[in-house]
Amino acid sequence: MIIKRKVAVVGAGMTLFRRRMLETGKEMCFEAASMAVESAGVSIRDVDAVVLGSAPDAFDGVHMKGEYLLDGAGAVGKPYTRVFVGGGTGVFAPIAGWWHVASGLFDTCLVVCEEKMSSLHPHPQHAFWGIFDHTLERPLGVNLLWIFALEMRRYMHLYGISEEEIAYVAVKNKRNALDHPCAQLAARITVEDVMRSEPIVWPIKRLDSSPPSDGAAAVLLASEDTARKICKEPVWIDGVGWSIDSAYWTNRELAYPAYLAEAARMAYRMAGIEEPRREIDVAEVYDPFSYKELHHLEGLGLADKGKAAEITVAGITERDGDMPVNPSGGLLGVGNPIAAAGMMKVCEIFWQLSGNAGKRQVKKDARTGLAQAWGDLMQFSSVIIMRS
Amino acid sequence: MREEEGVKDGQDISAKGMEHDPVEHNNSKSKRSSNNYAGIEVREDDLRDGRYMSIRYSARFRYRWDTGIAVGRFLEGLRNGKIVGSRCKVCKRVLVPPRIFCELDFAQVDEWVYVGDTGSVNTYSISYIDKQARRISNPVIVAVIELDGASQGMGIMHLLGEVRPEDVHIGMRVKAVWKSREERRGAITDIMYFKPL
Amino acid sequence: MIPKGERIGIVGVGYAGLADTKVRSAQEPSHTASSTTNTASASTNTTTTTTTPTPTAATSIRYSYKELMFLAARMAYEDAGIVDVRSKDRISFICSTEDFWEGNMISDEYMPDQLGAVLRPLCTVAADGLYGLITGFMQIRSGLVDVAVVEAHSKLSDVVSKKEIARFALDPVYVRGIYPEIDPYFIAGLEMNRFLYETGNSRESCAKVVSKNKGNALANPRACYASSVDISLVLSSPIVAYPLTSMEISSYADASIVVVLASEHKARMLKGSTDGIVWIDGVGWCSDTPWINDRNLADALYASLAAEMAYKMAGIEMDEPSKYIDLAEIDDTFSYKELQHMEALRLCRKGEASRLVEDGCTAMDGYMPVNPSGGSLGVGYLVEATGLHRVLEAVLQLRGMAGSMQVHGARRAVVQSWRGLPTASGAVAILSSNDS
Ligand SMILES: [Zn+2]
Repeated sequence: MIIKRKVAVVGAGMTLFRRRMLETGKEMCFEAASMAVESAGVSIRDVDAVVLGSAPDAFDGVHMKGEYLLDGAGAVGKPYTRVFVGGGTGVFAPIAGWWHVASGLFDTCLVVCEEKMSSLHPHPQHAFWGIFDHTLERPLGVNLLWIFALEMRRYMHLYGISEEEIAYVAVKNKRNALDHPCAQLAARITVEDVMRSEPIVWPIKRLDSSPPSDGAAAVLLASEDTARKICKEPVWIDGVGWSIDSAYWTNRELAYPAYLAEAARMAYRMAGIEEPRREIDVAEVYDPFSYKELHHLEGLGLADKGKAAEITVAGITERDGDMPVNPSGGLLGVGNPIAAAGMMKVCEIFWQLSGNAGKRQVKKDARTGLAQAWGDLMQFSSVIIMRS
Repeated sequence: MREEEGVKDGQDISAKGMEHDPVEHNNSKSKRSSNNYAGIEVREDDLRDGRYMSIRYSARFRYRWDTGIAVGRFLEGLRNGKIVGSRCKVCKRVLVPPRIFCELDFAQVDEWVYVGDTGSVNTYSISYIDKQARRISNPVIVAVIELDGASQGMGIMHLLGEVRPEDVHIGMRVKAVWKSREERRGAITDIMYFKPL
Repeated sequence: MIPKGERIGIVGVGYAGLADTKVRSAQEPSHTASSTTNTASASTNTTTTTTTPTPTAATSIRYSYKELMFLAARMAYEDAGIVDVRSKDRISFICSTEDFWEGNMISDEYMPDQLGAVLRPLCTVAADGLYGLITGFMQIRSGLVDVAVVEAHSKLSDVVSKKEIARFALDPVYVRGIYPEIDPYFIAGLEMNRFLYETGNSRESCAKVVSKNKGNALANPRACYASSVDISLVLSSPIVAYPLTSMEISSYADASIVVVLASEHKARMLKGSTDGIVWIDGVGWCSDTPWINDRNLADALYASLAAEMAYKMAGIEMDEPSKYIDLAEIDDTFSYKELQHMEALRLCRKGEASRLVEDGCTAMDGYMPVNPSGGSLGVGYLVEATGLHRVLEAVLQLRGMAGSMQVHGARRAVVQSWRGLPTASGAVAILSSNDS
């Protein structure tokens, strides 16, 4: 594969993640975008194109919300596109930004991800009712968490994993989040706390799941020439991949994320990665529920099938472990404003690889990082590989 | 904002603040203060006390979907108390719910078959909340059920009934419980739930 | 200019739809409009779609959007010379959808199966289909993939609450707050009034656009609203938002359109030669402010900036692009939009659009045919599929396969889309069959 141009992340920014924010979606976009642009030492006039990532319109309560948010994202008078792949959007939007620059069409591209979930009353959950098939599933009185609980149960069953083992993920991520200044649900908890928290849709318990949140995050991308001019520590996007599985989710084996294996294969191939476990120094994998971190580590080939729980319990994925996973605190700790949460992971890898993660900096010398997100009817994944 | 006496248009009023200045009143970090991250948190009591203005808008969108060829057949089958699948000539899979295309080999599918209304539980969960995320007193058991006569792994989502949550297990044999012929409308809810066989 | 050898070509187009589905619902037994209504008992009415590469409107009312997509995709793959889409490596799929038009909150999840995209890279751009085409263009150009499949559809006959959804796109605080029941068409009225005032174009020429496009559509098998109307009828139709009359507004239709793009090397391999390949010479897109009150309502700034980018990429001189272009398929969601977009695309100078239309220069046999397909006014408004439909019409023209709509000697076309009310966003593509 001959990629036309190298692309770097040269700046990143985000807002606090909170259950409800005073700022509108536009205002949050502005805060994150301007922080990303300022951190690169440039101005919005230096931005050639803008990509926006945001999940369902139903949250903000605006149809075609990309059009509504565009001035906040700094896109007035510029080529501007909103991409949308459900929960995978946060890592997919920078991939879209990547091809804006890699194609040679633009030298810089600002990528902004936003989610304002609190606008929807009585509960953001309601938006997800509409993700089910309108004829065959919605009449059953569906709740979004059903499908995740079904997937978690299948995963536990096939590989013989216990709820306690899965709870370790929540404990680790919420603790990591104590060092994240934007975090919504940072906490020092124990496996017993997770096990005692009330079941929402068994086997998912309250402390196994990430909260609905408001927030925004952004990165500025630049071509190689531009990046070297404006940035001391550019972080290169060396691999991108995404894949989607069938919408007939009840016809699939839920225990293993085949779509993620495909997305990872695409990204690894582009980045020339042959042994991901040896080559990936730090990973931000999508963790809206604690079991998903394990599921995704297996799909990414960072753990054997059914073995991710073992390495988690052994502490290998801790911030000072051999393969730190979600040193940011992840969605479980920092919060889950859907698209912005995925983008937060890309920001974290940027900060980790440029040595700017502060108290969250992983112990090992991190040169290669990975961010991943997941969405739709448990069928889509996006993967990005970055190197310093 | 309170009414300002003697303030000319264009005059800077930012120092005067709002009646409830979010920066003053908010317990969380104020805008770009101690760290570099923006955002003002609104708490439940802020809303309750009317500290901030908000607007309400309710929308209800209605749709009337064409079921299409395949799902149309499926619903017609349900009305008659039967579950309809379609069979792909290329990979020979029996697909449920049926479609006129096979996603794995991108072939047209036009052969229709009945499958059984019995099957086994592929996975299940127990829901303590409704679709608005409110807690419910009687939890609902949800399952993916692999139907007999469909290809392996071809499941549909439905509810389980006449069984206690603790007695459900993966691999459990179940059978559809249908509404009466008069009550059936050609909808997935023509099957009320699946019960242990 | 994109150097030869590095170009990206359109190698296949597919269409499935029906002119009239539920648009002519008067003849249909009325169904209660609930969130799900069964229109089953399909077995008796399964008209098949033509599978020849000449797309026509011949499908049954009973196809679901998924089934329409499947039929369009199959036709496009056949046209592109793709025998087995599932065996292709380095292929990407792009859909253009907006959730509320779909009635699914994360609409991209329902896209892969019917396109042959299971376990392949597929994504959604929440925009017009022309943005989807541009996304594929960038993906191929970056070196990531060789082939990109772009799909967009309209199944608005499934949507009961069209007006409520359109209103839901307005700013929730400022605009919806002014008058909650307002019809978003008021924005078109504001624009049209200011446009006519500033440019001196006439209401009569706007009506002439309607007459021309509906007339052109008579030759288009994909058109739902073809008719012979004269301008007095248009002007005397009820006013919706002054000065816009009801006949100056395009009406909804259903269709799915699939377009297959390939790198130059791959395109030649698939087609065996350069015959039938339509090259993408330039693309551009742009958004103006979302604040209706802050925009210059007379000019379609988004369109002029998008065109500037596309012309530059295609090596077209900005002072007189019409010299380089044989036909235009441009947005005519409302009658005045065609005139406004002609001026924004510099197909004529500001204030001249009326004269061009009056003189017949934009007619099928004029020197610059505009919307020979019949446009949205004649074919029907396909929401996010509108731009991709224009691409399909332009491809047929440039291949010389447009039948009785054929513009003689058409070698280069400009295609333009607008995202509709209340947006100021749109895209432009320059297509050519010129292989010299
Ligand atoms: Zn098959």
